[in-house]
Amino acid sequence: MRLKSKLVAAGGIAAAMCCELATAQHNLQPPVTPIARDIYELHLLMLGICAVIFVGVFTVMFYSIYAHRKSVGHKAVPFHENTTVEVVWTIVPFIILIGMAWPATKVVLSLKDTANPDLTIKATGYQWKWGYDYLKGEGEGLSFVATLATPLDQIYGREPKAEHYLLETDQHLVVPVGKKVRMLLTAGDVIHSWWVPAFGVKQDAIPGFVRDAWFKAEKEGVYRGQCAELCGKDHGFMPIVVDVLSAEQYTAWVSEQKKKLSAAAGDSNKTWALAELMESGQKAFQANCAVCHQPTGAGIPNAFPSLIGSKVVLGPKADQISLVLHGRKGVFTPNSQMPPQAALSDTDIAAAITYTRNTWGNKAQDNVVQPADVKAARK
Amino acid sequence: MSAVLDDHAHHDEHAHHPSGIMRWIRTTNHKDIGTLYLWFSGTMFLIGGLLAMGIRAELFKPGLQVWNPEFFNQLTTMHGLIMVFGAIMPAFVGFANWQVPMMIGAPDMAFGRLNNWSFWLLPFAAMLLVISFFVPGGATGAGWTLYAPLTVQMGPGMDLAIFALHIMGASSIMGSINIITTILNMRAPGMTLMRMPMFPWTWLITAYLLIAVMPVLAGAVTMTLTDRHFGTSFFNAAGGGDPVMYQHIFWFFGHPEVYIMILPGFGIISQIIPAFARKPLFGYSSMVYATASIAILSFIVWAHHMFTVGMPVAGLLFFMYATVLIAVPTGVKVFNWLATMWRGSLTFETPMLWACGFIFVFTMGGFTGLILAIVPVDIQLQDTYYVVAHFHYVLVAGSLFAIFGGIYFWLPKWTGRMYDEKLGKWHFWLSMIFFNVTFFPMHFLGLAGMPRRVPDYALQFADYNMVASIGAFGFGLSQLLFFYIVLKATVFAQGEKAPANPWEGAETLEWTHLPSPPPYHSFETPPQVR
Repeated sequence: MRLKSKLVAAGGIAAAMCCELATAQHNLQPPVTPIARDIYELHLLMLGICAVIFVGVFTVMFYSIYAHRKSVGHKAVPFHENTTVEVVWTIVPFIILIGMAWPATKVVLSLKDTANPDLTIKATGYQWKWGYDYLKGEGEGLSFVATLATPLDQIYGREPKAEHYLLETDQHLVVPVGKKVRMLLTAGDVIHSWWVPAFGVKQDAIPGFVRDAWFKAEKEGVYRGQCAELCGKDHGFMPIVVDVLSAEQYTAWVSEQKKKLSAAAGDSNKTWALAELMESGQKAFQANCAVCHQPTGAGIPNAFPSLIGSKVVLGPKADQISLVLHGRKGVFTPNSQMPPQAALSDTDIAAAITYTRNTWGNKAQDNVVQPADVKAARK
Repeated sequence: MSAVLDDHAHHDEHAHHPSGIMRWIRTTNHKDIGTLYLWFSGTMFLIGGLLAMGIRAELFKPGLQVWNPEFFNQLTTMHGLIMVFGAIMPAFVGFANWQVPMMIGAPDMAFGRLNNWSFWLLPFAAMLLVISFFVPGGATGAGWTLYAPLTVQMGPGMDLAIFALHIMGASSIMGSINIITTILNMRAPGMTLMRMPMFPWTWLITAYLLIAVMPVLAGAVTMTLTDRHFGTSFFNAAGGGDPVMYQHIFWFFGHPEVYIMILPGFGIISQIIPAFARKPLFGYSSMVYATASIAILSFIVWAHHMFTVGMPVAGLLFFMYATVLIAVPTGVKVFNWLATMWRGSLTFETPMLWACGFIFVFTMGGFTGLILAIVPVDIQLQDTYYVVAHFHYVLVAGSLFAIFGGIYFWLPKWTGRMYDEKLGKWHFWLSMIFFNVTFFPMHFLGLAGMPRRVPDYALQFADYNMVASIGAFGFGLSQLLFFYIVLKATVFAQGEKAPANPWEGAETLEWTHLPSPPPYHSFETPPQVR
């Protein structure tokens, strides 16, 4: 194929790509913290230096490919070995590298400085959701779990995908603007990683260890991230959503959450009617259980047990509560497991279990499970 | 053929040159074993490629259309393991077997039976990997890096993979012992180490790396095995262990491993460029020292794969500085290749296309590696598609393109036939274009925030994923052309006969002293090297 046709073809592909991709993102997300901004600028500097070297090196190479062809009659000039040149092109890159590492060092020192935070929040990675505990500062004592809120119907193409497909959770992490937030990271099972690109924060969540990171969001808004360490089948389905609110809005949010907490604690002690349990049970089941056991309860053969006519679901409620709280190993293969769901609230667990005992033709004898039953089983 | 009449003092190649399948099973001949490694590697490349097509099919559009998420994780894991251990590494060992003895004027490798055993372990290990898809729970889905404690949750497919890794590791170690002994002891008279061509040099250094680090991998996966089945807690915090220790042990192997996968490629490029520039390599001793420097440095940078685990500042800074240093000897190599081309008399047959393509695209991969080495930037890019782009640029556009270049370069010598030059050029251009269509957009995906090892993604990543998938399908199809070209020159035996030296500028012993194809036993009398 002649050179001209090849160039036309390559140009065509490039043009098509450019049109398609006018709306796509090409750079890091707009930074909203000082660290993210430092990283953004550091990356631009690195990219610039690499681009200059790239242009320099390949101008030389393409010139040589053009001018030193045998087909245009160029004869080889067989020079080789030159110690001076070798020394120069060893030392000069070394100096350029120092120029890169120096600004980077400052940012490293800064991003590791988690001292004197205004607010301390612990994030725990679970398979496959994040739990948040507000440990110190305004909002202390608040605690909840955030699960992917995108419906399975969207994932399987039965419904059109919403704007924040795969990047929405049922509860958001909420923090005040302009305050230094120290995140403590750990995990309940395998390694996960908490990442919010707009904050410039990524920290692995390691089971049995606590690590930290920090950010200070300078702009109110909603910022989305994802788990950044392979953690099993739903690694791609455990996002992070952070609401950054003004100081007043944050205070309002905190008191609203505290009211809900005490209501829920009351909920744990109150006796629920079957109809109430079924309604919130269906929601809890869809959010937490359907991802494996399927919305139909039928599971997937050789992967996730069916709950329809299941001995556990139809048997004594204490066994099912215990299984849901503690998980279970080795149903189909020796090392498979149902992860423990202890991070969910008593109410959610009780409602979901009640739902399974009264749906899809299941009619268990013990067909009502109260939050108090779950609470008692935790001891 | 009679065992009684065997006279081992006189190797008459027609008297006891076995035929049929037993020839291949019992061979101790470096040319046969090189051929076996290359065909094995080609087969594994097709299987690994098929898995990649499965990955890109799912990622063509957002949503789950083709596979369930666990199987997707199996695809990504096995694509990685098969390509690294089944395709790239055995291909380079195939080159070592064919080329090292001929290039140093030796009659064969030092240990013939060890050589045979090193090869035949591999198909067995490959079968374990492939069979792992069909056991309960399927193949392991923990990523080719097999991090603990996720690996504890995997089914028996994980144990099969561990067994396979042990076997492949043993094969590599034995092969490396063979290569080192051959190079150190069997060079022709007059061939001092500093007169040995670059390709054997890169393999000498690579062999030491292999011996140093394969046992470390064996340690890591054995500890994983005992954590899984024998109640140990190496990587389980509840029992007093540390999941991050797995990462340290794995990457202590893993980083030298990636240099193991590129140094022989550098050696191939160092043979091709001088041949097609009709000029000697510009700075031979610099190239040797640069290769050795890269190998030594490769031992002190491993934690750059772990910048987000929560390392103290001193650790982060040390590994950042050590990692960026590797750019220096690598740059020296690129500059030397360019200086070799400069004012040469260049022709662009297929091997040279691959070599020039290699320099262009591998250097891009090197730049993204440098960017990833910068800790704060890595915080954003670790575990994203930017990393996927980086390592495919250095492994595909690096190692694989060097392998293609080497095959086109040496196929005339091995088979006595020229490959089809027109088709070879088509293979190069199609691969080059589709490779970049597949992997260049992944830099943007990573920067924009797409994590890796996910079967589905948010809508802002859709456009570039579609482009990447189209590129991948094109790249995959283009490799079928390669197999046709190889079959044409080998099995179908079509194409003009190759002279002893079809490449005007090639000056190493296999070109200057041996016919094409070379005799079954070559250099039984060593050449005198001046």
